[in-house]
Amino acid sequence: MGGNDTSGPDRPADSIAWNREMLPPGPQQDAVIKGITGEITEKGFVVASLDKLVNWGRTGSLWPMSFGLACCAVEMIHAYMPRYDLDRMGIIPRGSPRQSDVMIVAGTLTNKMAPALRRVYDQMAEPRWVISMGSCANGGGYYHYSYSVVRGCDRIVPVDVYVPGCPPTAEALIYGILQLQKKIRRTGTIRRG
Amino acid sequence: MADPASNPPITVAAPRAVSGPLGVIAFRLSTTVAGIISAGIEKGELVVRTTRHRLLDLMTMLRDDPRYACQQVMDICGVDFPERAERFDVVYNLLSVTHNHRIRVIVTTDETSPVPSVHQLWPAATWWERECYDLFGVLFTDQPDLRRILTDYGFDGHPLRKDFPLTGYVELHYDEERRQVVYGPVDLVQDFRNFDFESPWEGILTLPGDEKAHADRQDMKRQG
Repeated sequence: MGGNDTSGPDRPADSIAWNREMLPPGPQQDAVIKGITGEITEKGFVVASLDKLVNWGRTGSLWPMSFGLACCAVEMIHAYMPRYDLDRMGIIPRGSPRQSDVMIVAGTLTNKMAPALRRVYDQMAEPRWVISMGSCANGGGYYHYSYSVVRGCDRIVPVDVYVPGCPPTAEALIYGILQLQKKIRRTGTIRRG
Repeated sequence: MADPASNPPITVAAPRAVSGPLGVIAFRLSTTVAGIISAGIEKGELVVRTTRHRLLDLMTMLRDDPRYACQQVMDICGVDFPERAERFDVVYNLLSVTHNHRIRVIVTTDETSPVPSVHQLWPAATWWERECYDLFGVLFTDQPDLRRILTDYGFDGHPLRKDFPLTGYVELHYDEERRQVVYGPVDLVQDFRNFDFESPWEGILTLPGDEKAHADRQDMKRQG
């Protein structure tokens, strides 16, 4: 894949643009679209790697399990609200782990909550990812020495992306989500391994 | 209420010379109600100290007497003084919405002596008493629902007691083999550190070449 710099109607096989190489509107993008259109009219199909197609689909519809535990949840809500609008990236909060792809652990994870968090994680369908948001979820944070707080949610669930901050800004969370998308694109296969 | 500045805090058991509605209540309580250890204004707030045996009578009166009319119990909390024989204070903060005044009632107790429950006077007291029991281990008689309310299921100890260690005794992690979240003993990678925050150069008390200034600072500290 790739090679967009040389893409054009004369090289249709290499000209499929994945969102790995996001092209801004312009003559280069036009050339890529024209190339694909030309191939479809000519052959009636395009050839792509299934892995990449699946990963493209996964990155484009990361449905998060909303697991807001404390003040970080407010920043997570900011990220969903119109100013940053995660919906436009296909990120729609779900109330059920069965429908979710990624769990955003936003806030302090207490001992009492930990079994519930693990249960929710176990109920999520593969492939699944976890974003740990904020100091408390990353390593206990302010409550690291408390008798009632888990010192990092990675003791309970495997974490893919850590977003630092107390609380992280909505931009930071979105940046973390973009990093997760990059990770999925880079490492993802149809069967997650 | 009268201006607090004109009501300097006076010692308990000397309720005279306090003006204003709260002072009147304090005077009346300390002179006419039996079983009150003291009633007075402390920092502009009415504080009544009583014993466990007289608590229910006093509370019933504070709720039902139209001169006090404390319809609500805002809060019941505990205080731990480990050096005392009866180490716990149980503090009741009462509010009268008709008179717009607040009365604080304090009783003392220890780990084994139960305090009479006030849940039949104010049903909301159940949660406060559960909280007090959970965090301090104070027992309440006639409380039908004396369970823990905040801490983990099966939690051991009462965390707001002064002798409870900050980090507790157990911590959690997920056990891959047993496929569940399990408890283990606390294992801190780094011990708790106590900063005094006095110096911005924490840990570097004397900067190289700054020995004289450091000595001056120490002198200043010694002189207070």
